[in-house]
Amino acid sequence: MTVREVAAEAYRETLPVLVLSAAGGLFAGLVLVGMEAELAAVPGLLVLVPALLATRGNVYGSLGARLGSALHQGVIEPTLGLGDDRLNAAVAAALANGILVSGFAAVLAVIVLRVLSQPVAGLLTLVSIALLAGLISGLLLTVAVVTVVLIGYRRGLNPDTLAGPVVTTTGDVVGIATMLVAARVVLALGGG
Amino acid sequence: MVEYASEWTVSGIVRTMLPLLLVLTGIELVSGLVLDTFEATLLAAPSLLLLVPVTIGMAGNLGSVLAARLSTAFHLGLLSFSPTDDRLAGNAAATVALSLTVFPLVGASAWGLTAAVGAPGLSLGTVVAIASVSGLVLAVLAVVVTVVTTYVAYRYGLDPDDVVVPVVTNVCDVLGVLVLFGVYRVVA
Repeated sequence: MTVREVAAEAYRETLPVLVLSAAGGLFAGLVLVGMEAELAAVPGLLVLVPALLATRGNVYGSLGARLGSALHQGVIEPTLGLGDDRLNAAVAAALANGILVSGFAAVLAVIVLRVLSQPVAGLLTLVSIALLAGLISGLLLTVAVVTVVLIGYRRGLNPDTLAGPVVTTTGDVVGIATMLVAARVVLALGGG
Repeated sequence: MVEYASEWTVSGIVRTMLPLLLVLTGIELVSGLVLDTFEATLLAAPSLLLLVPVTIGMAGNLGSVLAARLSTAFHLGLLSFSPTDDRLAGNAAATVALSLTVFPLVGASAWGLTAAVGAPGLSLGTVVAIASVSGLVLAVLAVVVTVVTTYVAYRYGLDPDDVVVPVVTNVCDVLGVLVLFGVYRVVA
């Protein structure tokens, strides 16, 4: 293959995924713009945005990749339900990872901002928001990834090429929207 | 079989993934801290705030797609790390072309969306220019980061699939924020 052929093929194969993920990212940005009041009310919340978004992609993207490989190898069955121990373990581990890492990001952000003498909300407030957002987004993304990968596989689609776009398009929107919901809940309960 | 069984237990998966996730979170906090120092600017220019998630996401995607393609080519024995390698040059050129296609549209959409819900804070031309220039710079950086990371993984005998995609995605995320604000300061 010549350079031109390689480039044309890579361009053609990647453009649809990139446009989908751009649409997802723009909607995530719109939610972020609508979050101005919460960003102002909870100093340090903005610091968490990239870390929490990346965690959604890292954890649930890897869940999708794991399920894709397992389906190819016949390690798990393509049936929706709670009967498969391996599928349950993969989902439980992804949720545990997602929630633990979200909490860790909040603790680290508070420590770093305090060391830098920057304004920051209370540790309990930021950690509560991160854990709550981690839990809700984890449940939503798990349902999205498992459903799309298993149903796609049953319809004869390659799960490896499905999981990536699902996570990149829904991950940012779900990630930011759940941060907004979690911030509102924690602020309503008296945090801040 | 013991090894195999632990791949599908909760504690086995958590033990494998968590250390890397914690390191990547530390890296991502750097871009969060950069955002924090620009909080006043971002709240005054909603179209710039709107560009943040999409720029981060697109930079990470450009890097991760390139990394996945190079890893596959590498596994198939189709790749050599030479600037004259057709597959390397073709994929690098496609990354830049993709960024030049998508980022101007992203800039125009970001301006349009903020104009629809309130005040964009910046002119349409400025937002499109910031998005386009950021996209071009990020595409070049994504190529450099991906090629270097894939090469390092190869030299140390690591499977590029395990290491390169997460590292490249997260490094490109951080670069996304840094480049966006660097370009904003030059353009606006």
